[in-house]
Amino acid sequence: MAEINRDEVAHLARLAHIDMTDDELGRMAGELAVIVDSIRSISEVAGDDVPATSHPIPLSNVFRDDVVGQTLTNEEALLGAPDDADGRFRVPAILDGE
Amino acid sequence: MTAVTGEIISFEEAIQKYDPVLGFEVHVELNTKTKMFSSAPNAFGDVPNTNVTPVDLGLPGVLPVVNGVAVESAIKIGLALNCSIAEKCYFARKNYFYPDTPKNFQTSQYEDPIAYDGSIDIELADGTVFTVEIERAHMEEDAGKLTHMGGSTGRIQGAEYSLVDYNRAGVPLIEIVTKPIEGAGARAPELAKAYVAVIREIVKNLGVSDARMERGNVRCDANVSLRPHGREQFGTRTETKNVNSLRAVEHAVRYEIQRHAAVLDTGTPILQETRHWHEDTRSTTSGRPKSDADDYRYFPEPDLVPVVTNEAWIAKLRAELPEPPAERRKRLQADWEYSDAEFRDVVNAGVMSSIEDTVAAGVSASVARKWWMGEISRRARLAELEPAELGVTPELIVELQGLIDAGRINDKLSRDVLDGVLAGEGTPTEVVEQRGLAVVSDDGPLLEAIDGALAAQPDVAEKIRGGKIQAVGAIVGGVMKATRGQADAGRVRELILQRLGVEG
Repeated sequence: MAEINRDEVAHLARLAHIDMTDDELGRMAGELAVIVDSIRSISEVAGDDVPATSHPIPLSNVFRDDVVGQTLTNEEALLGAPDDADGRFRVPAILDGE
Repeated sequence: MTAVTGEIISFEEAIQKYDPVLGFEVHVELNTKTKMFSSAPNAFGDVPNTNVTPVDLGLPGVLPVVNGVAVESAIKIGLALNCSIAEKCYFARKNYFYPDTPKNFQTSQYEDPIAYDGSIDIELADGTVFTVEIERAHMEEDAGKLTHMGGSTGRIQGAEYSLVDYNRAGVPLIEIVTKPIEGAGARAPELAKAYVAVIREIVKNLGVSDARMERGNVRCDANVSLRPHGREQFGTRTETKNVNSLRAVEHAVRYEIQRHAAVLDTGTPILQETRHWHEDTRSTTSGRPKSDADDYRYFPEPDLVPVVTNEAWIAKLRAELPEPPAERRKRLQADWEYSDAEFRDVVNAGVMSSIEDTVAAGVSASVARKWWMGEISRRARLAELEPAELGVTPELIVELQGLIDAGRINDKLSRDVLDGVLAGEGTPTEVVEQRGLAVVSDDGPLLEAIDGALAAQPDVAEKIRGGKIQAVGAIVGGVMKATRGQADAGRVRELILQRLGVEG
């Protein structure tokens, strides 16, 4: 049985910018341990000679020609922005709270 | 006692006590027409947030597609750095939250860079050669541009808010990472500058980047650590960001060596952190310490398939590589028969290619050097431009030199002719005619001027008659003045001596 403790879950939550309550941290630690164990069972079947799979379909070298296509206008680009100024996205102070 | 920020010891003392180890991460922006993963234009200086597609903004449901030309550029850079090219490599997500990255991850490469294990020779000004080992060169994308508002002088510290332009987000980047560079000693700052200069030259020569450092096409992060002489284990390093000119790279490495030494002298360990370079004070300040936020949780990019290379493809790209800059320099110096010092001056003045073109247009290498290192460089310094930016073409030099060789103008008049040509008055021949600049070749007016000069300086004339031939310069000067420079000084000298009945 894998050991995932609350501190590790809290660390991951912090990296992912997810707020979690104490209850959630405890529950997630248990669930993650089960998930890690499930994935580990795959490693037991696949030997060292089986490379890790990044894609289920054996495709490679899907390239695009270097030709300019359609772009958004400035107005379209900013449509979903919570705030904007001078044609740019406006974001809160970056260092605030650090 | 603790070293405070800004405390440094002399460079000489630092090098005497410690052995510096360097490392560089150089980011090269490619000059493809479109971005790495979208068909938005890769262009500088446009209206903010117009060179963007939904892919560049990280909008839901979009799918990136790799720019094939960017992959070929990456392979060419790898080959030029004598790297091995991966048979198969992947893209990966580097996860972090920062407003310049709208997707909350940067698409990069992690365990499998497209190029690895290379090396390049770096020649310093005095001819010393250092071999720098290349760890890897990988493909990734640039971030957007942040402008910090409301604080002092655009700094992020104290800013009230920031504005983001994503035109640069997704521009193809190649990150070139060196292995630790040991043994540079006191040459470390010089080597740092030379290394970045060579990388810039290589990518420019390959035609894969505009390589303009002032536009951020080539950007350098410089890693510095110190260790006591004789110790094998590396000291703790700092990574200085934002060193974006050749001079800044040299100064930043020098400063960090001095600062590390001052800190280590007090018995305090170096804090592993990023440092920010400030051009105005020529010093670094503490940036961000290494923290658990640097846990980027890389994983393979599920939306992009692997890049697979083969020998035929690599051989084709290798065949397209231009002559490497170092070999080209060697060949040109031999062809032109310049001394090491002459050639070095030509390279440093940035006129090597101009001389090459001028020689190809039909003048000798020594004449081409005379023009580019003399009159044209002088004008460039005055105008604060690069010599090549003055608009002097090889054909113009050929014609000017032809007029000199034919005796129609002299060196001094050729400068006036050049003035006229650059002012748009026509070809050199037209300017000579319109400005009436031709050398006075009729002996009549010359003899008149000579007689005048001799009469004005009878004592000099007497000296020459008495055999002091070197005194003739004073009379020649008088004649040149009288003819407003339009005489052939050699012919004047001959005539003076003839007039005085002295053998030259």
